[in-house]
Amino acid sequence: MTLRNRWRKTLSYVMLSLTGVCALVAVCILFLMLGYLVYNGWRSVDWDFFTKLPKSPGETGGGMANAIVGSFQIILLATVIGLPVGFMAGIYLSEFGGKTFAFLVRYMADLLNGVPSIVIGIFAYAVIVIPMHVNSALAGGFALAVMLVPITARSTEQFMSSVPQTLREGALALGASKWKTIATVVVPAAYRGIATGMILGVARIAGETAPLLFTSGNNAYMSGGFTQPTASLPVMIFLRATAPYEDWHRQAWAAGMVLLLLVLLVNIAARLILSRGIAVQK
Amino acid sequence: MSAPPPAGARALFLRLRSGDEVARLITLAFASSILLVTVGLVYQLWVTSSLPRHKFGFGFLTSSMWNPVTGQFGALPFIYGTVFTSAIALLISVPLGVGAAIFLAELAPPRISSTFTFFIELLAAVPSVIFGVLAIFTLVPLMRDYVEPFLKKTLGGLPIFSGPVFGFGYLTAGVILAIMTLPFVISISREALLEVPTEQREAALALGATRWESTWQAVVPYARLGIFGSIFLGLARALGETMAVTMVIGNDPTIHASLFAPGYTIAAIIANEFSEATGDLYLQSLVELGLVLFLLTIVINALARLLIIATTRRGSAQP
Repeated sequence: MTLRNRWRKTLSYVMLSLTGVCALVAVCILFLMLGYLVYNGWRSVDWDFFTKLPKSPGETGGGMANAIVGSFQIILLATVIGLPVGFMAGIYLSEFGGKTFAFLVRYMADLLNGVPSIVIGIFAYAVIVIPMHVNSALAGGFALAVMLVPITARSTEQFMSSVPQTLREGALALGASKWKTIATVVVPAAYRGIATGMILGVARIAGETAPLLFTSGNNAYMSGGFTQPTASLPVMIFLRATAPYEDWHRQAWAAGMVLLLLVLLVNIAARLILSRGIAVQK
Repeated sequence: MSAPPPAGARALFLRLRSGDEVARLITLAFASSILLVTVGLVYQLWVTSSLPRHKFGFGFLTSSMWNPVTGQFGALPFIYGTVFTSAIALLISVPLGVGAAIFLAELAPPRISSTFTFFIELLAAVPSVIFGVLAIFTLVPLMRDYVEPFLKKTLGGLPIFSGPVFGFGYLTAGVILAIMTLPFVISISREALLEVPTEQREAALALGATRWESTWQAVVPYARLGIFGSIFLGLARALGETMAVTMVIGNDPTIHASLFAPGYTIAAIIANEFSEATGDLYLQSLVELGLVLFLLTIVINALARLLIIATTRRGSAQP
């Protein structure tokens, strides 16, 4: 073997091992981060965290019960608005869409998907907070719904388009009208994928902080309703972590762990359901 | 049904009675809401930023003065910070991400590849405020006590590695952004590499190329558009990223050449100052910053999508 060939072989081994190192580093970052977060969060979380209201700045103790309830309120609102709209728009794109208009909607949905979440916050502020003169769960829910609609629409479209054309033709041949075909054949055939897409979408907006900062705002107490300023878990984490109090940092770790575990568990569950669903269909 | 189609309102009624037309119109209405919201968003950003647009004109983009007290607002320090931190992020995440994608697509056994991809995609689902918590409590001390002093000692002669070390600043923000963009670069590059036909590899190997030469000279160039697409997608995410950056950037609205210096990004200043902005000009200047960020990200996103579409088209056009 000539020297040049030996060099080429060595280079090949070195570079290929380096790519392996890259992959390992990427996965290690994930595990290190999550491990450290869970380690710190576990030491910090206590029963008060879930049941008590926050204490005033600098005092020890207290919890985030208001933020947990508030987050739930905001996400519920976003889900109630965002999922049906996204679902129906997805049906249009997959089943009724003409050429030009569907292309336009698809393009706008992708555009909206790529808009930085803080800009969506500005939009919700201009549309809801300015006319109402007050931060509210409504504005926060609207901002998150604006993010959820394009996600849901595109994933619904994707899963419905992958339903084989023969199924639709079969139903139509039996005399079913088009909407009946969609409602009784296409949607049921794709429901597992559609539902997974929706769950992943909700999991994604659940952790959003930036659009809530100046829409739902913050509140040291339980929110009085959908038209009142409302505390939420992500905003609380941000405020706690950037404040100069030791005990607030502890609470930021605890809240971070709770939020992360929720989001990751939902993600893992959704992905498992989806992969098993595909295996069964084959 | 041989009668000629009736005209006007009666025709509409007949079409509606079949149900299909009703269903189409209802779904069409929902689909239009996406259009409406997007147009509304652009309109609101435009209208709500009219004061500074008229007062400063294009000078808004080139002025580096940000002083709410005297009513002077310029976007340059924030545009600079946004671009600078994103550039740092890509310098780290692109080599690392493309390397990892090559491993996952070319070398790893399917089982390992799919497990790793699963975990890396989970990384993309982690909320950004959680990256922020980790960054502020672990990355900042790490950078302040070890990484930045080390860089300063070895490369301190260069202006970008000089100046006092805080821990909060461009470099720390860039590193956390690199971690956040990594999953995008890896998963889309990997898909682009998997699209490359096997013949491409076999031909190179048959000509006597080593495994690495075949990968680097025959496979990666074939997938380059998709890889560029993944980089642009990562870039778009890095530009618009708010929470994690806000927590570690250091909040200083001036332009610094040093990597260690504190700075500001567009998203970060909106997050920090929007709810405290007093006076219309101040608030609307922040909205105009939002408009700038919006335009920046849609251009980058459009480029990313074009590149990704171009690869999949070409991939499917070939036998």
